[in-house]
Amino acid sequence: MKKLKTMNKNTKSNMITYLMVIVAYVIVQIFVVTGNMSSLMEGLLVPVCTYVILAVSLNLTVGILGELSLGHAGFMCVGAFASALFSLGMKDSIENDLLRFIIAIIIAAVSAALAGILVGIPVLRLKGDYLAIVTLAFGEIIKNFINAIYLGVDANGLHFSMKDTMDLGMGADGTVLIKGAQGITGTPKCSTFTIAVILILISLVIINNLVNSRTGRAVMSIRDNRIAAESVGINITKYKLIAFTISASLAGVAGALYAHNLSTLMATPKNFGYNMSIMILVFVVLGGIGNMRGSVIAAILLTLLPELLRGLADYRMLIYAIVLIFMMLFNWSPQFINFRKKMMAKIKKDKKAEKEA
Amino acid sequence: MALLEVKNLGISFGGLRAVNAFDIQIEKGQLYGLIGPNGAGKTTVFNLLTGVYKPDEGSVVLDGVNITGKKTIDINKAGIARTFQNIRLFKDMTVLDNVKVGLHNNHTYGVVTGIFRLPKYFKVEKEMDEKAMELLKVFELDQYADVLAANLPYGKQRELEIARALATEPKLLLLDEPAAGMNPNETKDLMNTIRFVRDKFDMTILLIEHDMKLVSGICEKLTVLNFGEVLVQGDTSDVLNDPQVITAYLGE
Amino acid sequence: MSFISYLITGISLGSVYAIIALGYTMVYGIAKMLNFAHGDVIMVGGYVVFVAVSNMGVNPYVALLISMATCTILGVTIERVAYKPLRGTSPLAVLITAIGVSYLLQNLALLIFGADTKAFTSVVNVPNLELFDGQLTISGVTIVTVIACIIIMAVLTLFVKKTKAGRAMQAVSEDRGAAQLMGINVNGTIALTFAIGSALAAVAGVLLCSAYPSLTPYTGSMPGIKAFVAAVFGGIGSIPGAMIGGILLGIIENLSKAYISSQLSDAIVFGVLIIVLLVRPTGILGKNIQEKV
Repeated sequence: MKKLKTMNKNTKSNMITYLMVIVAYVIVQIFVVTGNMSSLMEGLLVPVCTYVILAVSLNLTVGILGELSLGHAGFMCVGAFASALFSLGMKDSIENDLLRFIIAIIIAAVSAALAGILVGIPVLRLKGDYLAIVTLAFGEIIKNFINAIYLGVDANGLHFSMKDTMDLGMGADGTVLIKGAQGITGTPKCSTFTIAVILILISLVIINNLVNSRTGRAVMSIRDNRIAAESVGINITKYKLIAFTISASLAGVAGALYAHNLSTLMATPKNFGYNMSIMILVFVVLGGIGNMRGSVIAAILLTLLPELLRGLADYRMLIYAIVLIFMMLFNWSPQFINFRKKMMAKIKKDKKAEKEA
Repeated sequence: MALLEVKNLGISFGGLRAVNAFDIQIEKGQLYGLIGPNGAGKTTVFNLLTGVYKPDEGSVVLDGVNITGKKTIDINKAGIARTFQNIRLFKDMTVLDNVKVGLHNNHTYGVVTGIFRLPKYFKVEKEMDEKAMELLKVFELDQYADVLAANLPYGKQRELEIARALATEPKLLLLDEPAAGMNPNETKDLMNTIRFVRDKFDMTILLIEHDMKLVSGICEKLTVLNFGEVLVQGDTSDVLNDPQVITAYLGE
Repeated sequence: MSFISYLITGISLGSVYAIIALGYTMVYGIAKMLNFAHGDVIMVGGYVVFVAVSNMGVNPYVALLISMATCTILGVTIERVAYKPLRGTSPLAVLITAIGVSYLLQNLALLIFGADTKAFTSVVNVPNLELFDGQLTISGVTIVTVIACIIIMAVLTLFVKKTKAGRAMQAVSEDRGAAQLMGINVNGTIALTFAIGSALAAVAGVLLCSAYPSLTPYTGSMPGIKAFVAAVFGGIGSIPGAMIGGILLGIIENLSKAYISSQLSDAIVFGVLIIVLLVRPTGILGKNIQEKV
């Protein structure tokens, strides 16, 4: 008990987040086991977890590093395709589903991290709006590029083309692994709710521990004041790149989860385009920039609510948009802030008057 | 040999010669003042010394090491730390964490150690906490350790900047108008603190200041800058009585 | 001959980009913000003309004027309601708000008009031009687009250089605080910039839809982003820069579509942006600004 008291405030708050995720998991499992969950809801469990991981990982870039990335879906795309390709290729070589999936997830994380470094080196030299638009550009490039890839395998090994299946020039025994815009078909469906929740917990632990470490402080110091950070000897490029890469890598993990929940994986504007990146950003903003627990809650609520309230589904994006604008005005506009302060002061005064009376 | 030896430093912006033929020698342990009218180029000198700008000509030697034209972070590692005229704190971080960022390069562990909380993490973090609290105590900031830097009173913010700079264990501390915006009482406290810092940490300090009471009260030597060039240099009392200096400040 | 034909189509597309890029570059230069919703104002402009011409039988040229008026009001309203309260706060907050506005417009259009593609009837009725015994055909839309782009550019340059309001714009873009002190109505100037940018967006929308006659709620977003690329390419804040950037980008896009891969043409366009920003972050005609310590 004594230990809990001396525990750092941040650590305590993080523990609450982990506990919250675990409790939510247990409740959902009870519903599933007792057969009280509709198949529609059950089908949403893995996607919701995917969004949660995407939201917390983007929050690392937006909230901790303080840079607006509009290309997060691109890293998810890299992770999804790398892991799906691996799983498809190794379907017969590695028989244990779980082992294969774990390796696939690691491959997703590593490949997305590499993409993160590759994109980060040029992008992180830019600032603000420019950085945002270039991450958007990179996200689109990744999506378009993957859409143009044809990859097949036959007795002679791998065949690669950017044109079409015929151009692969494979033997009769060959199978096409990636079929351009039609993507990858036949990925084993390994994603389960349990694995997804474990991945959420791992992502949260990685990010929270990072934030409360020497590295995290360096990253936040750059966010708060780049010039001052430099003046105390913080290597700006290095720490920006570390944060960006970890964020990308976790998006890749989410991609693996996404890919192994579908039998056919295609890179469309809907799942890996900038609209997806912006949707993740909406989760982050509505959950509170820099607030990991908020991202988790926002991603869950904003995915489930429109599904639960069927009638709202059509208005979903419209409502997101309005809430997004209102949130920004409410939190940032000087007029709103003053108004809030006045209201708070008034409430306090009223309470005081009540007490005295 | 002097701790800081600057020779013939100069920089131009566009056609404007902001600093020209700037020389200064600061001995170890000295409290040195850099004064001059607004726009004389004082902060530009600081920016040249800390690598924010690269000089067009001249040399900067710190403790026998040539640091001319090096990057800001390398200059900090070589031993120069500074504060800013317009306070630059890490506003959304706690007071304690602000100082811990200053400790970054002298207390290290890797990214992986941090993420997986290996034993070294706990050891070094404890070291950092102790060291940071020690520094905060010097400025009576320890009671604010968990407060966000943005929420500190103004005078305390200036002191936190000094604490953060000291955390990097510099050989030379540059203070850019430390008393700006302070009332006479706060200024008096600040003077004592600066003197205390010099004595306790055996620090060499170069400061820019407009408050003549502070300058004459604590600085042993002065350099007066006017139109980017050194006007007069020497012991404080001699410099302040120099007719050239009076003219520069008050006009003909 | 096919090369020249691709080139001309590229110039035509580039002219549309240039007109959109003008809106971006002026707003960015003066309000220092990336108006992410600018592309969606184009879409609104397209729908207004579509409804006016197809459903109400209005004369196409009158419809264009109605569309310009609607977009002007829309642009100024967006600025007043969503952007002005955030002026001077975090650029991140402003950008996120702009993204919100973009989403709002898209989804409003989706609710009102549905997701299906509307067949847009071209408002341009200039005949096609046949050259070299019919080996090379330049469409009427292309001719009108290029001419419109040149006229707009010239008028705008004159406006900024010669009129009082234009000089006020230059002053605000240079130093907002100082402009205010000199008695310039900063809020009014910024509103005027949004008005001009949005009216141009309507023109661009109509030209875009005339050349590529399909209209959906998402019609504006990709050209909008590409036009921003064009504005950055040419040097943000520069009017001739927007024109050069737009036309170059249109040519690059069309030629890579024709000779490399239609799948990768967008990737190539964005690749150009990245290279430009790395080699010359201020664009072709942009100015260099140093941060003050």
